[in-house]
Amino acid sequence: MLGRLSLSAIPLDVPILVGTFIGVLIVGVAVLGLITYYGKWGYLWKEWFTSVDHKRLAVMYIVLALVALARGFADAIMMRTQLALAYAGNPGYLPPHHYDQIFSAHGTIMIFFLAMAFMTGLFNFIVPLQIGARDVAYPFLNNLSFWMTAVAFMLVNVSLFIGEFSQCGWLAYPPLSEMQFSPGVGVDYYIWAIQISGVGTLLTGVNFFVTIVKMRAPGMSWLKMPVFTWTAFCSSILIMATFPVLTVAVALLGLDRYFGMHFFTNDGGGNQMLYLNLIWAWGHPEVYILVLPAFGVFSEVVPAFSGKPLFGYKTMVYATCSIMVLSFLVWVHHFFTMGAGPDVNAFFGIATMIISIPTGVKLFNWLFTMYKGRIQYHACMYWAVGFMVVFTIGGMTGVMMAIPGSDFVLHNSLFLIAHFHNVIIGGVYFGYVCGMNFWAPKVLGFKMNEAWGIRAFWFWLVGFFFAFMPLYVLGFEGMTRRINHYDNPAWHPWMLIAEVGAVLILFGVVCQLMQIFVSIRDCNKPENRDFTGDPWNGRTLEWSTSSPPPVYNYAIVPHVSTLDAFTHDKENGIDTRQAGGQYEAIHMPKNTASGICAGAFALIFGFAAVWYIWWLAAIGLVGVIATVIARSANKDIDYYIPAEEVARIENEHTRKLMAQAAE
Amino acid sequence: MAQNTTVPTAGHDEHHHENTVVFGFWVYLMTDCIIFGSLFATFAVLRNQFNGGPTPHELFEFGGLGLETALLLLSSITYGFGMIAAHKTQISKVIMWLGVTFLLGLGFVGLEVREFAHMIADGAGPDRSAFLSAFFTLVSTHGLHVTCGLIWIVTLMVQLMGTTEIPERMMNKLTCLSLFWHFLDIVWICVFTYVYLASMI
Amino acid sequence: MSNPNTSSSGESHGSVSSYLIGFVLAVILTVLSFGVVMSHSLAPTGTLAVLSVLALVQVLVHLHYFLHMGSGSEARWNNIAFVFTVAFVSILIVGTVFIMANTSMNMMSR
Repeated sequence: MLGRLSLSAIPLDVPILVGTFIGVLIVGVAVLGLITYYGKWGYLWKEWFTSVDHKRLAVMYIVLALVALARGFADAIMMRTQLALAYAGNPGYLPPHHYDQIFSAHGTIMIFFLAMAFMTGLFNFIVPLQIGARDVAYPFLNNLSFWMTAVAFMLVNVSLFIGEFSQCGWLAYPPLSEMQFSPGVGVDYYIWAIQISGVGTLLTGVNFFVTIVKMRAPGMSWLKMPVFTWTAFCSSILIMATFPVLTVAVALLGLDRYFGMHFFTNDGGGNQMLYLNLIWAWGHPEVYILVLPAFGVFSEVVPAFSGKPLFGYKTMVYATCSIMVLSFLVWVHHFFTMGAGPDVNAFFGIATMIISIPTGVKLFNWLFTMYKGRIQYHACMYWAVGFMVVFTIGGMTGVMMAIPGSDFVLHNSLFLIAHFHNVIIGGVYFGYVCGMNFWAPKVLGFKMNEAWGIRAFWFWLVGFFFAFMPLYVLGFEGMTRRINHYDNPAWHPWMLIAEVGAVLILFGVVCQLMQIFVSIRDCNKPENRDFTGDPWNGRTLEWSTSSPPPVYNYAIVPHVSTLDAFTHDKENGIDTRQAGGQYEAIHMPKNTASGICAGAFALIFGFAAVWYIWWLAAIGLVGVIATVIARSANKDIDYYIPAEEVARIENEHTRKLMAQAAE
Repeated sequence: MAQNTTVPTAGHDEHHHENTVVFGFWVYLMTDCIIFGSLFATFAVLRNQFNGGPTPHELFEFGGLGLETALLLLSSITYGFGMIAAHKTQISKVIMWLGVTFLLGLGFVGLEVREFAHMIADGAGPDRSAFLSAFFTLVSTHGLHVTCGLIWIVTLMVQLMGTTEIPERMMNKLTCLSLFWHFLDIVWICVFTYVYLASMI
Repeated sequence: MSNPNTSSSGESHGSVSSYLIGFVLAVILTVLSFGVVMSHSLAPTGTLAVLSVLALVQVLVHLHYFLHMGSGSEARWNNIAFVFTVAFVSILIVGTVFIMANTSMNMMSR
C-alpha cells in the first residue's frame, strides 16, 4: 500500500534533522498562522498563485531563489564547519552518511533552485518590458513552469525529513548512484526533482525564445535589442538545446534503477562513461545558461551608472552568440581524466581556451564603458566592479584547468571547487544580486536600501576571498573534494581560514536580508519612493513605464527606432508613454488555477514514485494529464481591459509624475 | 488575418497569443528532436554490448517492421487528408480522417507492444543487456510519443463533435498535432534505418 | 484568410496531390531501404552508406510534402530553429561516438 514508505523513514535518530524540523515547523506554522490571521489566503491565491502576469511570477521566482539560498547556504556553512573540526582523529559532527547528503543537496539546490530560479525571475521581469511586450508568449505555461520548479524544490526539502537525499554528488555519477551501491531513496528524490524542475525550465526556455522572436515592439530589429534581452535569448536557446539531454541522462539512470536496465551499470555491458558524456553535454552549456544573463545585467548596469552608452554593443552581441555556440563544443573538459586519448582531449582543451576570447572581449567592453564615464558608485556598481575582479581570477584558473595535462593534477581536487565557486559566485551570483538592486525600483516602486547593500557586498567579496582562495592552495596540496575528515596537518590552517570566509559570507547573507527588510520598512520615505519609473536615468524601454508597471505594461505599445530607445526618446523630447495615439481596449490573459493544480499533482507523482507507491503515482500522473487537457478545453481564458480603465490608470500615473516634479 | 502575421512584431496585435502557438509548438518539437538525438547517441554507443545475449539478427524480423512502417506512413497521409478537410471546414470529414489515423496509429502501437511482449517472453527484455536497454528505451520512447498522439487525437475528436465551425484556436491545435504526427514519422525513418535495418546488414 | 494556401500561422498546408506524391516517394524510398538490406547485394559499409542516403532523402521528402517546410519569409524562424537543432544533434551524436570510441580504445575496455 505504501511501497517502501514506513515510519522508520523519518530520521528521528539524527538530532540535527529533528532540530531543523522543529525550527521549520515553528516558522511554517507562524507564517501560515499570520496569513490566516490577516485573511490573506484569498489575496495570495487570486493575485499571486494563480497569476499569469510575468511580473508577479518574477517576484515569486526570486522569493523561491532566496529560500533556496537559505537552504543551500546552510548546507555550505555546515560543510565548512565540519572540515574545520574533523582533523587528526576528530570525526567532526557530521557522519559521512549525512555529510554526503549535504554536499549533494548543496550543489543541486544552488544550481537548480537558486541560480536557475533567480535567472528565470530576472527573465520574467525584464524581458517583456525591455522588448515592449504586454506579457510573454505563453502566460499559462509561464505559471506552470514556476509551479514545476517550486514543487521540485519542495520534493528536495521533503527528503530532509522523510527518507534521505542522494549521497552521490550534485550530478549523481554512476555506478555509485546505481541500485547496487545506493539502494535507498536518496537518488530517486534527486532524479524526480531534476525531472520535474527540468520540465519547468524547458518550458521557460521555449517561452522566452518565442517571446523574443515574435513579440518585440515595432521597429526593434535584432541589433536594436537591449543586451540583457540578447543574453536571455541565447540562454533560452541553450536551455532548449541542452535540457533535453539532461532529461535523457537522468531518465536513463532512472531506468537502470527502476527497471534493472544496463545503461551505466558495471555489469550487463553498461558504460558509466556514457553518463558523464551525456550529463556534461548539458552541464557545460548550463554554466553559460547561468552566466550569460549575468553578463547581460552588467551590460545594463555599467552604462547606466557610467552615464555612457555601452561600449561596443555589436561586439557584445557577437561575443554572446559565439560563447553560446562554443559552449556546445567543450564538454569533455569536465572529464579529461576519463581516459580519452590526446586527440579528444586536445580538441576539447583548445575549444575551451577559445571561449576565453569572447569573454575577454566582454570584460574590455565593460571597462571601456567605464573609461572616462561619470561613474556613480551605487550598490549595483560595487557588485559589477567586484564581479570584474573575481570573475577574471576564476576565468584564468579555468584556462589553467583547460590544459588537459594540468587537469590531470587538478581534477577532482579542491582547486576545481575553488575555480567554479570563483566563476559562479563571482559571475552568476554577483550578477543576479546586482540585477536585483538595479531593477528593484521597477518591480516594487521604491529603491532598495543602499547602505545595507554595500555592506552585503563587502562581506560577500572579502568572505569570498577568505573562503575560496585557501581551496586553491589545498588543491595544489592534494586535497580532494568531498572529503569528510582528514589527517594532514598542512591542510588544517587553510580549512580554518575557509571557515572564517564562510562566516563572513554568512554576514553578507544577513546583510542582504536586512537590506530587504529595511527597504520594505522605509519604502514610503520620499528619498526611496520612485514615481518617475526611471530612477537611474535608464536607457532601455522598461524605464519608460510606471513603477511598478500596470498589468498590461504599456498602454500604447512603444515604437522603437534606435538602440537604447528610451534614451533616444528622452534626448529628442518624445514622451514614450504617449507616442503613437489613443488608448484602446487591451486583450489580456486570465489567471488560472491549472498551473498550481498540475504542480500539486506533479508533487504527488514525484513523491509516490520515489517511494514506489504506484497507485498514488498513477493518480498524480493522470492528474497532470487531465489538468492539461481540461485547460486546453477551457474557453474562458482571456478578457479585455476597457479603454476607459486604461486611461484612468495612465492618468493617475501622470498625476503622480506631475506631483513629484512639482516638489 | 494573413496580413497581421506578416508583421514580425505582433505586440500590438490582439491575436498575438494565438499566432505564436504553432511556432512555439514547432520549437518544442525541436527540443523533442534533441531527446531523440540523445537516445540515438546512446544507442550508437551501446549497440554492440550484447553481454552474451541475443543479437539483432536473432531478434528482428523484416515482416513486422515493414508492417509497422506501412501503418505509420499511411497514418501520415490520412492525417494530411484530415487537415485538408479542416481547412475546408468539413467537420464530419475531419472527424472521419482523424478516426482512421487513430486506428492506424493504434495498430502501430499494438504491433510494437506485441513485438516487445514476444522479446520479453523470450528472455530478451530490456534488463538482459545494454544493447537491449538502449533498444527498448529508444523504440518505446517513440511508441510513447505515438500513444500521446493517440490521446491527443481522441481529445480533439471529442472537442470537434457537435461543432459547426473550426475557430482559430481549434485550427491551431489541429496544426500542432499535424506537426507532431509527421514529426514522429520522421523519427521512425531514423529508427527503422539505424536501429533495425543497419543492425541487420 | 485571404490566401487559401496560407493558414494564420504561415504554414502552407498542401493539397491531396502533394500528399499523394509525398506518399508514393516515401513508399519507394522505404522499399529501397528494405531491399538493400534484404538482398545483401552490397558490402556492409556500402549498405550503410546507401541506407543513410535513402533515410536522408526520405526525411527531406517528409519535411517538404508532409510538414510543408518552405522557404517563405514567414517560415524563416521555423527553418532556423530546425537547422540549429540538426546542427546541435549532429554535434551531440558525432561528439559522443568520437569520445566514447576513443575512450574505449585507449582504455582497452571494448
